[in-house]
Amino acid sequence: MSGGVDSSTVAALLVRQGHPVVGLTMQLWNQRRLPELSAEGASGRCCSLDDVYDARRVAEQIGIPYYVVNFEQEFEERVVQPFVDEYLAGRTPVPCTLCNNHIKFARFLDLADAVGARQIATGHYARVRYDDASGRYQLLRPADESKDQTYFLYGLTQEQLARTLFPLGELTKTEVRELARSMNLAVAAKSDSQEICFVPNGDYAGFLSAWLRERGAPQPPGRGAIVTRDGRTLGAHEGVHHFTVGQRRGLGVATGEPLYVIATHPETRQVVVGTNDELLRPGFTATGVNWISIEGLRAPAPARVKIRNKHTAAAALLLPTGDPARVEVVFDEPQRAVTPGQGTVFYDGDLVLGGGWIE
Amino acid sequence: MLRAYFDHNATTPLAPEVREALVSCLDQTYGNASSIHHFGQAAKQRLEAARRQVASLLGARPAEVVFTGGGTEADNLAVLGAVRAARGARHLITTAIEHPAVLGPCAQLEREGAAVTPLPVGSDGVVDPGEVRRALRPDTVLISVMHANNELGTLQPIAEIARIAREAGVAFHADGVQTLGKIPVDVHALGVDLYSVSGHKLYGPKGVGALYVRKGTPLAGLMFGGHHERDRRPGTENVPALAGLGAAAERAGHHLEAEAQLLASLRDRLENAALERIPGVAVNGAGACRTPNTTNISFDGIDGEALVIALDLRGFAVSTGSACSSGAITPSHVLTAIGLSAERARASIRFSLGRSNTAEQVDALVEALEASVAHLRRISVHA
Repeated sequence: MSGGVDSSTVAALLVRQGHPVVGLTMQLWNQRRLPELSAEGASGRCCSLDDVYDARRVAEQIGIPYYVVNFEQEFEERVVQPFVDEYLAGRTPVPCTLCNNHIKFARFLDLADAVGARQIATGHYARVRYDDASGRYQLLRPADESKDQTYFLYGLTQEQLARTLFPLGELTKTEVRELARSMNLAVAAKSDSQEICFVPNGDYAGFLSAWLRERGAPQPPGRGAIVTRDGRTLGAHEGVHHFTVGQRRGLGVATGEPLYVIATHPETRQVVVGTNDELLRPGFTATGVNWISIEGLRAPAPARVKIRNKHTAAAALLLPTGDPARVEVVFDEPQRAVTPGQGTVFYDGDLVLGGGWIE
Repeated sequence: MLRAYFDHNATTPLAPEVREALVSCLDQTYGNASSIHHFGQAAKQRLEAARRQVASLLGARPAEVVFTGGGTEADNLAVLGAVRAARGARHLITTAIEHPAVLGPCAQLEREGAAVTPLPVGSDGVVDPGEVRRALRPDTVLISVMHANNELGTLQPIAEIARIAREAGVAFHADGVQTLGKIPVDVHALGVDLYSVSGHKLYGPKGVGALYVRKGTPLAGLMFGGHHERDRRPGTENVPALAGLGAAAERAGHHLEAEAQLLASLRDRLENAALERIPGVAVNGAGACRTPNTTNISFDGIDGEALVIALDLRGFAVSTGSACSSGAITPSHVLTAIGLSAERARASIRFSLGRSNTAEQVDALVEALEASVAHLRRISVHA
């Protein structure tokens, strides 16, 4: 229970269906830890005192035992530290996937075992079904495509899927809010969280600086050159960690046509820019692939492939390699801003075949 | 579900005598204790009666008792007040196992330029008075050592440290929040200058406490705006709650010995049964003198937080440590200070017994513990 409308509604629905329910909030990040990052409107985000207050209030309202469990240390090791490392290495990481893979579901199931619960339920928008033919649990897109969270869930294991309920998978956000209102839940009108929970103001560069300063670690490499692919210098920037592939804003370079970041090189402090066409890539290699709903890939197979959360999945061919955790992705049409470090997810219709990381 | 409460170091339920004093005061004595008229005088009488009751339990003079808004405020007033009353360069000595209500103001004083020496403790959870002597500096102005530790129950050599402080001419504060009401306390025999008290740890109301200030001890106030409590704590007194604190002190005085005996026997029953019936169990701080109601036990390979939740769902209230710090990112600073590994510190549970506990409850708790520990080990959470 994050204190938001989705997980609150899930808890209330399960109670209404007559299940014995225990509410848990995972304290993953101390929002007061890096005070220089607190921004207007940043309160009320995940793991803030306000959210725990809201979750507790809902638990009281629906009459379930409720506990806050602290996983800040594991979150730091498994999510925040890799996030920082990736960023400093010039890649654009997806902390929510790391969190789902290593903390949310794994630790949540541990706790379920500890309290004797058979299943866990979350407020994610996704669906799980058991497929008789293959004997596997499958992950599917939710009814509300605009809230689809399968991009962050492809890393779950069969054991995790088998014990997980996503009660919102068949509902739209509007219906969820309506349900929350009809059950008089105190959080029915609460706004959705958008940003990464530990960077509530969306300023990744600022977070990086503050986090490194707290550690007494050196600051990220500073000023460097903005260059074109053919080596012309167009200007200077304040540090490659301010940039991500596909970014247009903040370059401060005036040329005739719009320029985009097409690569960042932390070792030479170079930000490479180019035109929109130069951002296009015919394909990429995915690593650390988890075939969530199927056994694996034996032969080339068509799929729709997402390369970031808000990307509209594009038609592609998946080519197996000798290693089941590696797959070559060849798009039917070249795609814009294939960003190293980002997650990628493969779909067959609503079915999530699997996913991995863009190399 | 039947529920049993084993978390009396976090807080205690109100004793009937306390409730009676509180309610009668709420109903009848609404005057402002500073007012000249009949109503004010009635309130003042209740207030001073409460002061005599608390003083009597402490072996202090009533004029040496300053009422506060709880134990945390008493600790803050003692530490900040004693150090800020001194001029020039300032150094203070404390221990690594103090409650945050002492460590917090120490950290604040450090930010204000004072020097702080936090003394280590032995594996038994007790500070060596010799360490206190060695830590003394010419500019030392305060020594603050808790009387009983809240997580372990270990008693510190207060009288010995007081002698060292007296010889050196340094003010000495002891946090007595977890001690008063559990064992006999005599501030004169102990030789302390400042001693903190909390109402709700001895079956009194929450939000009231007291600081014993030996006559002549320099102390700067924290708040300004009235002459209450001899200029040391301004604000209209919470007379009903303080009457409750007085009643709690009087009650504690009457029942101290009998309750201490009962609690020690229940505590031993719990420890012995746990050690006998559950493998991989160790009592933390067992070698030291302890308050009779507290035991801290580690269960190898168990996550304490998960065990607390599992026991709560079975109806038993226990804790992983200080209620104020549960949910904290780091393992208990107290358990770390006595040399436990982070793993064993996280596998530790505090049981703190109280007057309403029975042998049957202890036996039921041990049974639940046995089952929960076995279950958690079987599913090997955190293995």
